[in-house]
Amino acid sequence: MNAFAPVKAPAVGCGDAPVLKQRGQREVFCGLTSIVWLHRKIQDAFFLVVGSRTCAHLLQSAAGVMIFAEPRFGTAILEEKDLAGLADANEELDREVARLLARRPDIRQLFLVGSCPSEVIKLDLSRAAERLTQAHAPQVRVLNFTGSGIETTFTQGEDECLASMVPVLPQTDAEQLLLVGALPDVVEDQLVGLIGQLGVPVVRALPSRSADVEVGIGPNTKFIVAQPFLGATTGALTGRGAHHLAAPFPFGEEGTTAWLRAVADAFNVSPEKFDEVTAAPRARALKAIAAASERLNGKSVFFFPDSQLEIPLARFLTRECGMSAIEIGAPYIHRDLVGPDLDLIAEGPVLSEGQDVDLQLDRCRAARPDLTVCGLGLANPLEAEGLATKWAIELVFTPIHGYEQAGDLAALFAKPLKRREGLAL
Amino acid sequence: MKLTVWTYEGPPHVGAMRVATAMKGLHYVLHAPQGDTYADLLFTMIERRDHRPPVSYTTFQARDLGSDTATLFKDSCQDAYDRFKPEAIIVGASCTAELIQDDPGGLSESMGLPVPVIPLELPSYQRKENFGASETFYEICRALTKPMERTPEITCNILGPTALGFRHRDDVVELSSILESLGVAVNVVAPLDSTPADIAQLGAAHFNVMLYPETCETACRWLEREYKQPFTKVVPIGVGATRDFIAEVKEIAGLADAAVDESRLRLPWYSRSVDSTYLTGKRVFIFGDGTHAMAAARIAKYEMGFEVVGMGCYNREFARPVRACAKELGLEALITDDYLEVESAIEALQPEMILGTQMERHIGKRLGIPCAVISAPVHVQDFPARFSPQVGWEGANVIFDTWVHPLVMGLEEHLLHMFREDFEFHDDAGASHHGSHTPAAQKRRSTEDAAPADLVIKDGVTWLADAEKELRKIPFFVRGKARRNTEKFAAEQGLQAISIETLYEAKAHYAR
Ligand code: SF4
Repeated sequence: MNAFAPVKAPAVGCGDAPVLKQRGQREVFCGLTSIVWLHRKIQDAFFLVVGSRTCAHLLQSAAGVMIFAEPRFGTAILEEKDLAGLADANEELDREVARLLARRPDIRQLFLVGSCPSEVIKLDLSRAAERLTQAHAPQVRVLNFTGSGIETTFTQGEDECLASMVPVLPQTDAEQLLLVGALPDVVEDQLVGLIGQLGVPVVRALPSRSADVEVGIGPNTKFIVAQPFLGATTGALTGRGAHHLAAPFPFGEEGTTAWLRAVADAFNVSPEKFDEVTAAPRARALKAIAAASERLNGKSVFFFPDSQLEIPLARFLTRECGMSAIEIGAPYIHRDLVGPDLDLIAEGPVLSEGQDVDLQLDRCRAARPDLTVCGLGLANPLEAEGLATKWAIELVFTPIHGYEQAGDLAALFAKPLKRREGLAL
Repeated sequence: MKLTVWTYEGPPHVGAMRVATAMKGLHYVLHAPQGDTYADLLFTMIERRDHRPPVSYTTFQARDLGSDTATLFKDSCQDAYDRFKPEAIIVGASCTAELIQDDPGGLSESMGLPVPVIPLELPSYQRKENFGASETFYEICRALTKPMERTPEITCNILGPTALGFRHRDDVVELSSILESLGVAVNVVAPLDSTPADIAQLGAAHFNVMLYPETCETACRWLEREYKQPFTKVVPIGVGATRDFIAEVKEIAGLADAAVDESRLRLPWYSRSVDSTYLTGKRVFIFGDGTHAMAAARIAKYEMGFEVVGMGCYNREFARPVRACAKELGLEALITDDYLEVESAIEALQPEMILGTQMERHIGKRLGIPCAVISAPVHVQDFPARFSPQVGWEGANVIFDTWVHPLVMGLEEHLLHMFREDFEFHDDAGASHHGSHTPAAQKRRSTEDAAPADLVIKDGVTWLADAEKELRKIPFFVRGKARRNTEKFAAEQGLQAISIETLYEAKAHYAR
C-alpha cells in the first residue's frame, strides 16, 4: 500500500522562502464579494452593505448572480444627504432596516457590512448593530463586519464575517470539534461524516446553516479550519479559549488525509481506525486525481493573487498532479494557517504577497507558464496573448475540498488545457 | 439612503471607463480602492474584450488614508504615463476617493506631463453610469477639439458608441453603410475605436450623428454651439425612425435627391405577411434606457401591431421625452431605477410580452412572460458573434426576429388550438422552439390544479367548476388574458359567479 505512504515533506520547503512584496496596483476584489457565497450558505441571514452604487454594482457584476429574484443581500446606497450629517445616516439606516425586516420575516440574522465609503465617513456600524439588535430582538440578531476594499481582499470578507460571529457564540465546556469555514453543504456533510466515523463525539460547523443551530465554544473546543483565509476568525476563536489544529488544507488526497489526521491525532484516534475510515475514499481520490491530472503532469503553473487559496492549491498541483509552480502569488500570507502547506511545497517557485499587477504581468509573460490562474479581469487578455488561464473565482464557487472532489479539482485545472488541445482554430 | 437590490446603471466612473475603453491611446487614472478593479471584468468578460481596459487604479488602502494618498495618486499617474505612453490621460475619483478629496485634476496638472490631462468631476453620490459616459466624452471633446476647415466632401461624425454598449459595435457598421449609400462619408466615429488624434479632427465634419443621446447629447450640443455643427435628433432604430433619420440627414446635408435603397429591409413585408396576424394586439410592456424604450414603443405599435400597455425608462435624464412618448400612447410612463417597482408594474399589467433589459428578462422568467431584450444594462448574451445591429434596415430585421422569437409562432398557435387535447400539444409543451417556458407553465398549472375541485374563488368572484374546466381548455399563453377579461367582465356586470356562459359572454364582449 505505498500509495498510502505517510506524507513526506521535501528536503527544503517553501516555509522559509523569501517573499516578494511589491507595492502597486492590486487587481483583486474587495471583501464584499464573499457575500455572494455567504448568503447562499447561511440561509436565514441577510447581508446589508452600507455603501455606494459601486458596491451594489460590484455585487451584481462580480458574481453574475442575477438569477435570484430577490436575493438575501442588498446595498443601502449612501446619498449626498447622508454624507452631510452622520445623525441622518443612522436614522436612515434604522428606517431601511425596519422596512427590510418587515418585508422579509424569514430573516433571523442581519449583517451590516461596512464598505469603503461607510468607513471613510466613519459611520459606526458596530454601534448601529447594537442599537438594531435591541430594536429587533429576539426575532433578529444584528451583527456587523467590514467588507471594504480599503480593509479586505475578496475572501477576507468571509473571515471578517465569521470573526464577527465568534463573540456572540454561547460558552460551552463540552468537548467538541468545530469545523470552520463556509463550505458547500455537500462537502461539509462529507467531511463531518468522515470525522464522525473517526469517533469524534461532537462536530459542529461555523457558520451553521441557520441561527437555530446553536454552536457553543469554550476551552474544550478544538477547531480545524477548512479555508486558508480565516486568520481573523482563528484569532477570535483562540481568544475564546478554543484550540487550533494546524494542518495542510483538505485539497486532494494528501491534503485531505493530513487534515483529517490532525483531527484524528487531537482526538486520539488509533491509526487502524484512521486507515479503516479513510482507505476507501483515499483510494477513490487517488484514482480520480490520476485520471484527471494526466494533462497537468509536467506542466507549469503561475498564480496571480486572488482568494488566498493559492498556496494550498499550489501544494496540491505540485505534489499530487505533477506540476511545477513558477510563481505563487497570494493577497496575504497567514503563516499560522498556510505554514504546513508551505513546508510541503518544494523550494523553487517565487512566493509573492500583495501585488503590482503590471510588474507581475511582465513576469508572467516572460515565464510563459502552461497555465495561469488569475482573476476575470486578466483571463481573456492573457488568453489573447496565447496563455492558457483558469479563472480563480471558480475555485471559490465550486465544491473542491475533500476526497470526493479531489478529481474535480484536478479536472478544473486540466479543462483549459484540454480545450486548447481539442480546438483547431 | 436607499436599499438597492439590482441596479440598472453602475456608478459614473464606470461610464467614464466605457469611454476610455472604447478609445485607443487614451488612459484613465482612477483614484479608487482595490475592489473597484472589478469593473475590468465587465469589459473582459461580458464584452469579451481581449485587452485590459486602459485604466490604472491607485488601489489605496486604509493605512494610506492617514498618510499620503495624494502622492500615491501622482505615482500612479507617472507610472501609467511611463508604461502606456498614452496620447492623452483622463483622471478622476471613484466614490470613495471623492470623499477623501485629493483633487486628482489639480494633482495631475501640477505634474507637467507632456500630454493633455483631462480632469473629470463625476459626482458619485448623485449621478450614474450614463451621465459619467456623457460627461467624460464631452470633456474629452472640449479638451481635444479645435476649430478647423470642413472636409471638401460631405462628411459627418458618428457620436455616442462606447464600450459595453448595447449593440454599438454593429450599429456603427450598419449606420455607416446607410450614410455612405446617401453619399455622406464618415469623418470620425467616437468614442468607439477613436484616438485622441481622431477626436481632434471632429471639427472637419459637416454635421454630427447623435447615435445615442445618453452618451453624447451633451457633446453634440457643445459641438453645435462651438463649431456650428448641426446634429441629427432622430435615433434610427426601427423602420419609421430610419426613414425619418434619412430625411433629417438629407435636409442637413442638402442631399434632397439622394436615392434611398431599402432593398435590404424585410420587416415591413414580414409584418404584413399572414403568419404575423397573430402578433396583432399582443399586449407588451416596454422598459429600458430612454432612447431604446421610445424606439421600441414606436416599433411595437406601428411596425409590429402590438398594443403597448406600459412603458418606462430607468434613466431619469430622459424622463421628459419618455413621459411625452407614453402620453401619446395613452399611458403614464414609469420612471424608476428600482427594479422592484418595475416588477410590480409588470405583475399588475400581466402583459403577453416584455421588451426590456436583462432585469426584465429575469422578471419575465419568474412570471412566465416571454421577454426580448432591447436595451442595456448588458449581459454576455448581448454581444452575439453574428452581426446584429439595432439601427437601420438590418436593425429592423434583427428586431423583428428577436421580438417574434419568444412568442408562439402564428401557424404554431393554430396547431395548438386545433390539437389542444392531443398529448403532444398539451399546455405544458409551450412553444416548440423555446423550451425554457415549460417550467413556468408547469408551475402555473400545478397551482391551478391545487385549487378546490368544485369552485375557485378569486377576488370575490367565484369560478364555477365547469367554467374553470372550460378555461383550462384554452391554451396557456392566452389563458391569463381570458381569465382576466372574464373576471373584469363579471365584476362590471356585478356577477358573483362565473359560469361557462359568463366566460363566453366575456369572450364576445372583448372580441376584436
Ligand atoms: S472597494 Fe470599496 S467602494 Fe469599491 S466596491 Fe468594494 S467596498 Fe465598495
